[in-house]
Amino acid sequence: MDVLGIPTQALFGQLLIGLINGAFYAMMSLGLAVIFGLLNIINFTHGAQYMMGAFCAWFLLERAGIGYWWSLLLAPVIVGATGVVIERTMLSRLYQLDHLYGLLLTFGLALIIQGVFTNYYGSSGQPYRLPEEFAGAFNLGFMFLPKYRAWVIVASLLVCFGTWFVIERTKLGSYLRAATENPALVQAFGVNVPRMITLTYGAGVGLAALAGVMAAPIYSVNPQMGANLIIVVFAVVVIGGMGSILGAILTGFGLGVVEGLTKVFYPEASNTVIFVIMVLVLLVKPAGLFGKER
Amino acid sequence: MAGGSSAAAAPAARRGGVLAATAVMTALLAVAPFLGVYPVFLMKALCFALFACAFNLLIGFGGLLSFGHAMFLGTAGYVCAHAAKEWGWPPEAAILAGTVAATLLGVVAGALAIRRQGIYFAMITLALAQMMFFFYLQAPFTHGEDGIQAVPRGRLFGVLDLSHTLVMYYVVLAIFVAAFLFIYRIVHSPFGQVLKAIRENEPRAISLGYDAERYKLLAFIISASLSGLAGAVKALVFQLASLTDVHWTMSGEVVLMTLLGGMGTIFGPVVGAFAIIGLENYLAGFGQWVTVITGAIFVVCVLAFRRGIVGELAAWWARRKG
Repeated sequence: MDVLGIPTQALFGQLLIGLINGAFYAMMSLGLAVIFGLLNIINFTHGAQYMMGAFCAWFLLERAGIGYWWSLLLAPVIVGATGVVIERTMLSRLYQLDHLYGLLLTFGLALIIQGVFTNYYGSSGQPYRLPEEFAGAFNLGFMFLPKYRAWVIVASLLVCFGTWFVIERTKLGSYLRAATENPALVQAFGVNVPRMITLTYGAGVGLAALAGVMAAPIYSVNPQMGANLIIVVFAVVVIGGMGSILGAILTGFGLGVVEGLTKVFYPEASNTVIFVIMVLVLLVKPAGLFGKER
Repeated sequence: MAGGSSAAAAPAARRGGVLAATAVMTALLAVAPFLGVYPVFLMKALCFALFACAFNLLIGFGGLLSFGHAMFLGTAGYVCAHAAKEWGWPPEAAILAGTVAATLLGVVAGALAIRRQGIYFAMITLALAQMMFFFYLQAPFTHGEDGIQAVPRGRLFGVLDLSHTLVMYYVVLAIFVAAFLFIYRIVHSPFGQVLKAIRENEPRAISLGYDAERYKLLAFIISASLSGLAGAVKALVFQLASLTDVHWTMSGEVVLMTLLGGMGTIFGPVVGAFAIIGLENYLAGFGQWVTVITGAIFVVCVLAFRRGIVGELAAWWARRKG
């Protein structure tokens, strides 16, 4: 069976990979957007923290025998806690300054983290054993869908919509949105805004780590895994704009799929297609598809 | 983003001071090879110093943080190396070709990037540079991972034989000093003043009738062009154009040099470039720890040392005098 001369097996295979990549783009850009909303900082360390999440899961399994399911909970908490320390000791000193200093600081932190991990683990990857529950695949008739990949897509959608729900539909989220608009006023109402900022950074970092744990069984766990991802995610953020949570989710998944399809129809451009789309969006709608200029 | 020192100081006296300092710097660099400093190290540092000065024009005086300047350095390097090796162009034409290529790329990248401000500007330039990286990774003429090797240095204007290390060195020094004075001239021209006004308060500059976008674009293009000049010269010095020069780590490195030396100061990027290149030379045997140390310098600079070496010295001098 062929579609436009491409075997359906290959087409759906790439589509699946695209959806998986899109799931990671969505979770990463979501974390960036949440952090940016409250801290006004672009967290360059996000890629390194995603890598830390994957390594944390790998450590827990290899050294402590703690499996995948506990890692899903523990790794984001552990990495999130390091995020809290970073925010308290360093980022909190920069809020009065130009936002660009936050970018420079987190860039430096990303270099440190990547350098340390590369020193100890080299550039080659460590494999993460797939949990037994996920061995095998579903036969959908037109293609085989590995169980773990199906899980990643479902779980990332749950995570994304969970985040959306917390921010848009709960009391905590309303405080958060209010503090994004006007921190001084929210503080005057008795909300501890500095603590909220700290926890928000921790939560955003935790999201990156969670994505890292989910990525560990698919990609090999290696120190460079976050470095290239973060640049693509920046382009995703520029395309989507950071104004809306749902926008970030849609853009992430959509661009993953576009990238997957490019791999089928014009493989040479698959690395660059997201950047080309960014250029086109900048020409037509500079604020991003879902963004508002701020 | 970095505050310049007060403009109230007598401008003529300051200009004299800067010119005297430039003369001292040039004299020191001219005799350095005879004092036992390895000329190839000096040439490398000078290329990066030019690169950092060009970058500083944008961040220090225009307030625009580009995280993708490696694309100009690398593009010019590839074009210059290709022209010199495959087309057999003389060095002056090859350098010119590289610089023009970087300038054209600067026109396109600048027009796109200035559509957004602040943090988005940084992300867009980074993404554009990554796009260029993937393009050069796949384009056949760059020879991928190998790069363009054994680029002939040739004879400058048919007279100066650049394969002599010292001849090459003095040509690099001359280009650097000329570009340095050019940047100094731009910063202190009416154009530079308007640029600073836009950095400080863009809506106000617009309300005064200045077309902010045009000024920012022109600053971006000049910066790209001079970065290209640095890249083209660097390709001839090392007789090599490779992917390292277009990688995002290179964009980060030039930010670091400028930050360490002092953003918005005239001499800061030069000091920063020499410090970082010297450090890398010294730590060459330590592998990935260089990355860790680089990152640590970033963190320390941002947290405790935002004015950079030259900025702190100038502030200390002003305190002592005042």
